[in-house]
Amino acid sequence: MITLDDYRELAPPGALDLIARLAGLVRGRRVLHLTGGRLGRGPAEALRAAVPLLGELGLDASWEITGGDAAYHATAGALRAALAGGERLVTDEALEHYLAMNRVNATKLRLDADVVVLHDVQPLSLVTGRASGRWVWHCHLDCAAPQQRAWSFVRPLASRCDAAVFSLPSFVNRVGVPAFVIAPSLDPLSEKHRAMPPHEIAAVLETLGVGQDKPFLLSSGAFTGDQDPLGAVNAYRLVKKHHDVRLVLAGAAADEEGAASLLADLREAARADPDIVVLEVPDDAYRQINALQRGSTLVVHKPLREAFGLAPAEAMWKGKPVVGSATGGLAQQIIDGATGYVVRSVEGAAFRIRHLLSNRELIPRMGAAAREHARRTFLITREVTESLALVARVTR
Amino acid sequence: MTAPAGAAFVFKGCVELREALGEQAGDARELMDRLERVPAESVFFHTFGYFLRHRPFTTAYGNDFARWVTVELGEHALGERLAVVDPFAFDGLEALRTELVSILHTHVRDRAGPPRVEREHAFYFQRSHLVEVPLGLEAATLAELRAGIAAADASAIYLHLVEARARLARPTSDFGEWLRAALGMPALADRIDRIDAYLTTLERVRDRLLALVDEALEGARA
Repeated sequence: MITLDDYRELAPPGALDLIARLAGLVRGRRVLHLTGGRLGRGPAEALRAAVPLLGELGLDASWEITGGDAAYHATAGALRAALAGGERLVTDEALEHYLAMNRVNATKLRLDADVVVLHDVQPLSLVTGRASGRWVWHCHLDCAAPQQRAWSFVRPLASRCDAAVFSLPSFVNRVGVPAFVIAPSLDPLSEKHRAMPPHEIAAVLETLGVGQDKPFLLSSGAFTGDQDPLGAVNAYRLVKKHHDVRLVLAGAAADEEGAASLLADLREAARADPDIVVLEVPDDAYRQINALQRGSTLVVHKPLREAFGLAPAEAMWKGKPVVGSATGGLAQQIIDGATGYVVRSVEGAAFRIRHLLSNRELIPRMGAAAREHARRTFLITREVTESLALVARVTR
Repeated sequence: MTAPAGAAFVFKGCVELREALGEQAGDARELMDRLERVPAESVFFHTFGYFLRHRPFTTAYGNDFARWVTVELGEHALGERLAVVDPFAFDGLEALRTELVSILHTHVRDRAGPPRVEREHAFYFQRSHLVEVPLGLEAATLAELRAGIAAADASAIYLHLVEARARLARPTSDFGEWLRAALGMPALADRIDRIDAYLTTLERVRDRLLALVDEALEGARA
């Protein structure tokens, strides 16, 4: 079992002592986190590590999920997409069903904690039955430009909380309560981010069919238009004229319009160039993703639109410079010129990759700065610290 | 903090909880307009607070405003003028705000269409709530103060040296106040209060503090 002390050598000096002292201010407080599920990325990934740590620190921390039928989950999923700006059709009947299912959830859950944290959409309407404690809506989405109908449904619910939390100030929409900013984080002891010896990296890469005879650039992310894997291919092609490298595109197949044809285009590109490797890996292929990130020379991450994906921080934690788009949370993760480069075009990505490959001594230097930046800014210990500060703030 | 003679110095660290204010700027003119009306805590956050948040790397821009106009707007000359504003040189946040607004006003006065960015790259005004955290370290002597400065989390250096003077508008740092009141060492207190914390890191400030205390300890032994 992982304990807080296991993070001592990974977190910044003094961080754990500060956390322990901070926890002393809120020891014994009951904190309940509520999500729509325990699997996958996003809040669930962070809570898997954070909740046991909060317990070890002396808080009475728990994590429950809301349940429902397929229609309930479909409505919540549509609301999530609509809050992030997508066009979705959500009927009044669907919204009423969502509310009804959460009324059932409320009868099954103990909601009398000192602090109840509602993550994203699924559990949000539980706030209508609040009786005690302080309630916080932790929104992991970019809500700055939502579909208005969805926002008109969600905002009155959020405004019944005592506070909201967003990942970035630019993701905030007015909810009528204080909007705090806590960026997401990664767990350095998880399977996805743990240290991995070279022989294990080599074995995983071999299993995946990634040759180790030349350096490779990694571009990871779902195979969707927003993630722009074709942009990564085009940048690689500009680089390939000058450097003998490989491009590995790793991601999950997407269930959206155009995804199949995009994947077909990528496979066609791979057929024409054996140094392009397309790997379909699910989001929970943690060991494979870890090995790919650690085995790469540098990471290219250039989505056209993204909320706060942590892929750059993950790569930086593994000591890799990142060439990434100036979009969403990416520009916040990369310190331009120090831990990688922020780019605005395919040509810009190609230029920066060429620059690094032509000046190889920069790669380990930037990689070391990247790891240090990730250590101080994106580890779970930082998020736990800010979560404790939030508990202290709302219960003072 | 008040420090009666003989009282121990109590080291505290701090954790910053950021709050978005819902105010944003897409160009230099909007930055000026919003800066004139945001709460003083926001001026503090984007100037002195920059110092707390940018520990691992050098504080190349000095404050958030200078960084944004340079990186996002590409207004390099304006960025340089804002970066050179030393927040420690002003008597209070309103004087600092006035100077920053004046620089922005001079810049935008003759410009009809200043560079503008989209929402994603806008400047978002924030403020922070500091949660003070007792670190379990106390000092009753100069040697113990040195040990505490060396061992404390870097946020304690920020809290006792920067926050005490800047946000709380005290004439002296917590260290300086304690040295004068508890140990009767005004000369050392003056030297510590004169430490130039602008454009450096908390670790370098810590090193400078330790060097000054070491000199005083050496002098006492001689």
